[in-house]
Amino acid sequence: MTPEEIADILKDKFGDRVTEVNLRGAHPHVVVAADAWHDVAETLKTDERLSFNVLRCLTSVDMPDDNEVLAAYDLYACDGTPDSAELWTKRHEFCVKVKMPRDNPHVPSVADLWPTADWHEREAYDMMGIIVDGHPDYVDGPDGRHPRRILCPDDWEGYPLRKDYVFPMSYHGIPGVTEYEQTRPMH
Amino acid sequence: MADIVLESRPDINVDGGGAIPRDSFPTEEMLINMGPQHPATHGVLRVMLRTDGEMVLEAVPHIGYLHRCAEKIGESVAPFQYIPYTDRLDYVSAMNNNLAFALAVEKLAGLEVSKRAQYIRVVMAELNRIASHLISFGCYGLDIGAFTPFLYAFREREMILDMFESACGARLTYSYITIGGVTEDLPERFIDVCEEFLDYFEPKIDEYNNLLSFNHIFVKRTANVGVISAGDALAWNLTGPILRASGVKWDLRKAQPDCSYEEFEFDIPIGEGAKGSVGDCWDRYFVRMLEMEQSVRILRQALAKLRGTEPGDVLHKKNRNLKLPEDDVYYEIENPRGQLGFYIQGNGTQVPYRVKARGPSFSNVSIVNHVCRNCLIADVGAVVGSIDMVMGEVDR
Repeated sequence: MTPEEIADILKDKFGDRVTEVNLRGAHPHVVVAADAWHDVAETLKTDERLSFNVLRCLTSVDMPDDNEVLAAYDLYACDGTPDSAELWTKRHEFCVKVKMPRDNPHVPSVADLWPTADWHEREAYDMMGIIVDGHPDYVDGPDGRHPRRILCPDDWEGYPLRKDYVFPMSYHGIPGVTEYEQTRPMH
Repeated sequence: MADIVLESRPDINVDGGGAIPRDSFPTEEMLINMGPQHPATHGVLRVMLRTDGEMVLEAVPHIGYLHRCAEKIGESVAPFQYIPYTDRLDYVSAMNNNLAFALAVEKLAGLEVSKRAQYIRVVMAELNRIASHLISFGCYGLDIGAFTPFLYAFREREMILDMFESACGARLTYSYITIGGVTEDLPERFIDVCEEFLDYFEPKIDEYNNLLSFNHIFVKRTANVGVISAGDALAWNLTGPILRASGVKWDLRKAQPDCSYEEFEFDIPIGEGAKGSVGDCWDRYFVRMLEMEQSVRILRQALAKLRGTEPGDVLHKKNRNLKLPEDDVYYEIENPRGQLGFYIQGNGTQVPYRVKARGPSFSNVSIVNHVCRNCLIADVGAVVGSIDMVMGEVDR
């Protein structure tokens, strides 16, 4: 199926929850509202025409100029039979982006549909602060329930990939020095 | 004389001669930390094991010990300057990482690469695939306890590294494949030396199969251990030899041919459960041995085609001053460990707005908990080694 057909199926089913359609360029995608994302994901996985069985990647992008945070889900559908001598083929690939307000980004988890999303969503929270609701590996923090951090230590503060992230000069009271401030050799 | 009557007596070694009834001896669960520093975890991976005696109930992997902020750095350097950072993602197969990033940027910016550069890229990528699978073969033997194959693997790898050193000056982090082609043309005798290496190496694969693959102890430790079904493999987005060992004949070099891979003839080996079940550790290991044979096949064809091109034009003019359009791209290629993908978003300037690297080992490591339930502690080592992860691309 071409990206146009996939976008048409989603627009027919979800109407105005699909906010943007951008099929020109190197990365054809649609933009979907955050609260509708789980239903869209279910359609993408279970509809026989689409049947996206693999979630390749979840990328989080910070856009402070639009006051938004974006999560881009790249999916593809591959067909074949296990243990057969026939090569598996890629039926189609597509990308769905979800835009959220930067101060309070929430998106439903799709780890029940694609188990690989578990770690990808943890990384999206860890690096960008996207709070994934309903994540299977959660921690209750001061701001509510969020996925457990994956790359940074569990008690890290801040979200490193934000554009306005300032590298902390102390970690829970332990002062640190980085080479940004060094002006002479320190032995 | 009365017949000797044999009574059934409880075995004293098993339950104290009946003094301790079975099933009433209390056992406790233990939390064992297979820490970040461990000879069998292929880098800095921490696996927290919850065990009941020798049986593992849960094996939770903790990552992040090698996080070096590669994605943040991608937002402050131009693509041709970012190539050395891609080397260090999966530091064992650096040529393939460079290729993935270069192809993604070329797709975004719409650059064409010359035929000679494409063939050189294929040669380098496949040589690095052999080198990477040799490390996987040697280190897996080491994890299981077989110390001999390790140095044989590294002896062959030395020859490949010498060839790479003659081409680009580096042995591990090459930065040779760059945006728009390769940095320099091949040295004079490279193709001859490479063909000599292939003639020397091809019979060695059979030798290593005789040494390790069909060794009774190795088979006993890896067959029927850590079985991953095809459905699980696709659901958890495992890619590369792990997916193929579970019976899924999927390879991006065939499903999404790029960089002149469509001109070469090669097979995709899958796991057949020859020693146990489809998708066990032995299958994952043996698929890599078979892939080395296929890489040799691709290399012979690529070297022949390379002889037919004119030396000279191997790098696009726009390698250095390339303005990325205001668009994004997500592109994956088949690395030795799986599918390495790059999401690159440009904003009209030379420096990208966002670079995200999706390392194949990131998804591959996430299966450890699912697979290691109700296996023995020794099997955790076998499973972790068969996944063949490199922490550089897990943590980035």
